[in-house]
Amino acid sequence: MKTITLQIDGKPVVVAEGMTVLDAARSAGIEIPTLCDSKEIKPAGACRMCMVEVTKGTRKRLVASCVYPVEEGIQVVTENDRIVKNRKLIVELLWPSWTALGKSMGVTSSRFEPGLSECSLCGLCVRYCTQVAKKNVVYFRGRGIDRHLAFVPGSENECSSCRQCHNLCSGGWIVTHQGTVEAD
Amino acid sequence: MPRLMSPMDLEQMRLQRSAHSRLDQPRICICSGTGCLANKSGECAQAMATELEKQGLSDKVELRRTGCYGFCERGPVVVVEPDNVCYLDVSPKDVVEIIETTVRKHEVIERLLYKDQDGSRVRSLDEIPFYRYQTRLLLHANTQIDPTSITDYISIGGYRALAKALTEMKPQEIVDEIKAANLRGRGGGGFPAGVKWETTRKAAGEEKYVIVNGDEGDPGAYMDRSLLEGNPHSILEGLIIGAYAVGAHQGFVYVRQEYPLAVENTMKAIEQAREYGLLGKNILGSHFDFDVAIHRGAGAFVSGESSALMNAIEGHVGEPRPKYVHTSVKGLWDKPTNLNNVETWANVPLIIERGAAWFQSLGTKNSKGTKVFSLTGKVRNSGLVEVPMGMTLRDIVDKIGGGMHPGRTLKAVQTGGPSGGFIPESMLDIKVDFDELWEAGSMMGSGGMIVMDDETCMVDTTRFYVDFLAHESCGQCVPCREGLRQMLKILNRMSEGHGREGDIELLEELCDLLADASLCALGSSAPFPVRSAFKHFRHEFETHIREKCCPALVCKELIHYEIDAAKCTGCLICKRECPTEAIFGAAKTPSKIDQARCTKCGNCQVVCPAKFGAVIKVAGAASETNAAFIGGQAS
Repeated sequence: MKTITLQIDGKPVVVAEGMTVLDAARSAGIEIPTLCDSKEIKPAGACRMCMVEVTKGTRKRLVASCVYPVEEGIQVVTENDRIVKNRKLIVELLWPSWTALGKSMGVTSSRFEPGLSECSLCGLCVRYCTQVAKKNVVYFRGRGIDRHLAFVPGSENECSSCRQCHNLCSGGWIVTHQGTVEAD
Repeated sequence: MPRLMSPMDLEQMRLQRSAHSRLDQPRICICSGTGCLANKSGECAQAMATELEKQGLSDKVELRRTGCYGFCERGPVVVVEPDNVCYLDVSPKDVVEIIETTVRKHEVIERLLYKDQDGSRVRSLDEIPFYRYQTRLLLHANTQIDPTSITDYISIGGYRALAKALTEMKPQEIVDEIKAANLRGRGGGGFPAGVKWETTRKAAGEEKYVIVNGDEGDPGAYMDRSLLEGNPHSILEGLIIGAYAVGAHQGFVYVRQEYPLAVENTMKAIEQAREYGLLGKNILGSHFDFDVAIHRGAGAFVSGESSALMNAIEGHVGEPRPKYVHTSVKGLWDKPTNLNNVETWANVPLIIERGAAWFQSLGTKNSKGTKVFSLTGKVRNSGLVEVPMGMTLRDIVDKIGGGMHPGRTLKAVQTGGPSGGFIPESMLDIKVDFDELWEAGSMMGSGGMIVMDDETCMVDTTRFYVDFLAHESCGQCVPCREGLRQMLKILNRMSEGHGREGDIELLEELCDLLADASLCALGSSAPFPVRSAFKHFRHEFETHIREKCCPALVCKELIHYEIDAAKCTGCLICKRECPTEAIFGAAKTPSKIDQARCTKCGNCQVVCPAKFGAVIKVAGAASETNAAFIGGQAS
């Protein structure tokens, strides 16, 4: 298999072609914080917590490392002022879903009013249900600021027999609500 | 049905058809675009058909239901040939008179002509200022042909560019021609179409696709609708040429379900093109095969984003994909896919037929050709206009739009749709040009152009755009969904008089996050209206926060209505019309408003006769003591 050499935080990293920058960083022991990522599920690029700065030639930009494929010769910076500022603001926007992570970054409160619910809509449960359990029980309904979790009507029983998504729930939110995701 | 087997067949049909529809033949053209149909042009056309029949003129006078004329505000538009007389605001009751006077006697009905600001009447369409200053390369054919007739399109030279492309040009030559013309995408981004075509052409793989993006979603904009309704064959022709150039054999037209007439006319056009051998196997005997399917959009603004649109065609939810590989390389079903906007495709036949040099001669250094805009808002003449690149915004507003309504002054022009920006009056001499608009803090967008006057509140307007985007975002990524949610909350509280010190800075922080970290262009361009409002109208936000005052008297929570006792004659019209019974007073004595009951609907101001003008809007909320006192008196 073809290998790719890139630089992450100044360190040369050699990985297989087709890997993401996030996986490449992990293989080199470099941690990038994530919220909506899980090993057995395809990355969604939704939480934007894993954004890193990629320099390719003369072009420098922020990308979501979980979906950005490794490329020969690119330079990756996993943490700088701009990145940290964005991550903190994301935690603040999702407050209080991610207080522990927030505290590790020095965020102890939020300047914003609470959103629609405590669920951060990371989509891990939806993607698990679709991709791994293949039950398609839970899904996103509505768009934009009305987006929320819902059951496909009539599928609630099937849901209670599986419960695999509980451990995945990034905010521990499903568990705290007695084993059910929010249903309309 | 005559299947056209060669360019020769096409040319023969054109000559035959154009002899049929010469302009010196008696003809009534009536606009049958959505705007005019809503103003009863369908009934007018029906009445005309009946009357022509009754008078025995059906064989002698052709009745042609054409596409959109663009002057929708004054529709239905009717043009009578061969006298070239243009009538506006035509109603079914005018039909008999038009046929008696203009068709039979070749005389003009003065009252139906356009009346200029100096009171003079204008006889022909081209002399009306709204049309005189336009360059209608794309929209002109709308007024010439029946969009449901392929032979009408062929009669004006339609599909000739396709014949030229298929027989005289190699695919790479077509790509080079589009590149040389520097045709930039009309859907918003302004990316060079030829470069995109080349990427798809050179991308690995046999299976490729081409797509028409007709998911027009900007509020108040209908450029693409008008083209799809009024001249669908021009878009198909461009698409077939593009497919041949990039090596695609299947195309899609993505059109909004909310555009029923556009869907209908495009479907008819596809069927007719198939019948005539312009779609399907061996097009015009060239051995090139290509076919098109329609995909009706289920109604989401974000589906106009290229990867979201492709998701929708594949049968998934129309949400953008979090991918860093261009759709021109990995698009529909992961195959190389070239997607262009309706208007971009419509330009293609013109460039192929007249050449890149001709197209290059129109416009500015880096923006060539024309651009269609939906000119709307507080301008005298609104409608669909097509101008050469390089025209100034001031000329568009003043010359084509006829300036502002009497007594009002221009505050800003908003371009680029909900994620565009505001151009203040002081900068109105900038040109219609992709780069110039970008540098001014706005963008070309797909062609929305909203004129705002001194009665527009920039806080309220910004709030409107953020509200639109917050609801039209797909909601996948946190910066866009949660960022817009908070931006909307902050703007809401500002316009309600609860803005806080630091809110402007907080909004700026969120703008940076959205621009930096959003998954797609909807999120990353969502800060545009906010940033440009801050840049040019920051003081209005500050006034809302610090003084709890809306200078334009728009934000409901920050104003109240009063009745000027010196002007009120006590006619009691307002009292009768007030939905909340907040107005009290006896006949012939000045009325008063009970502020506690008033919901500030503004109806009293609307119904108060202009000669009195006694109802006024006053800055600041009604004071509580005042409200209680008056309320007490009322009960």
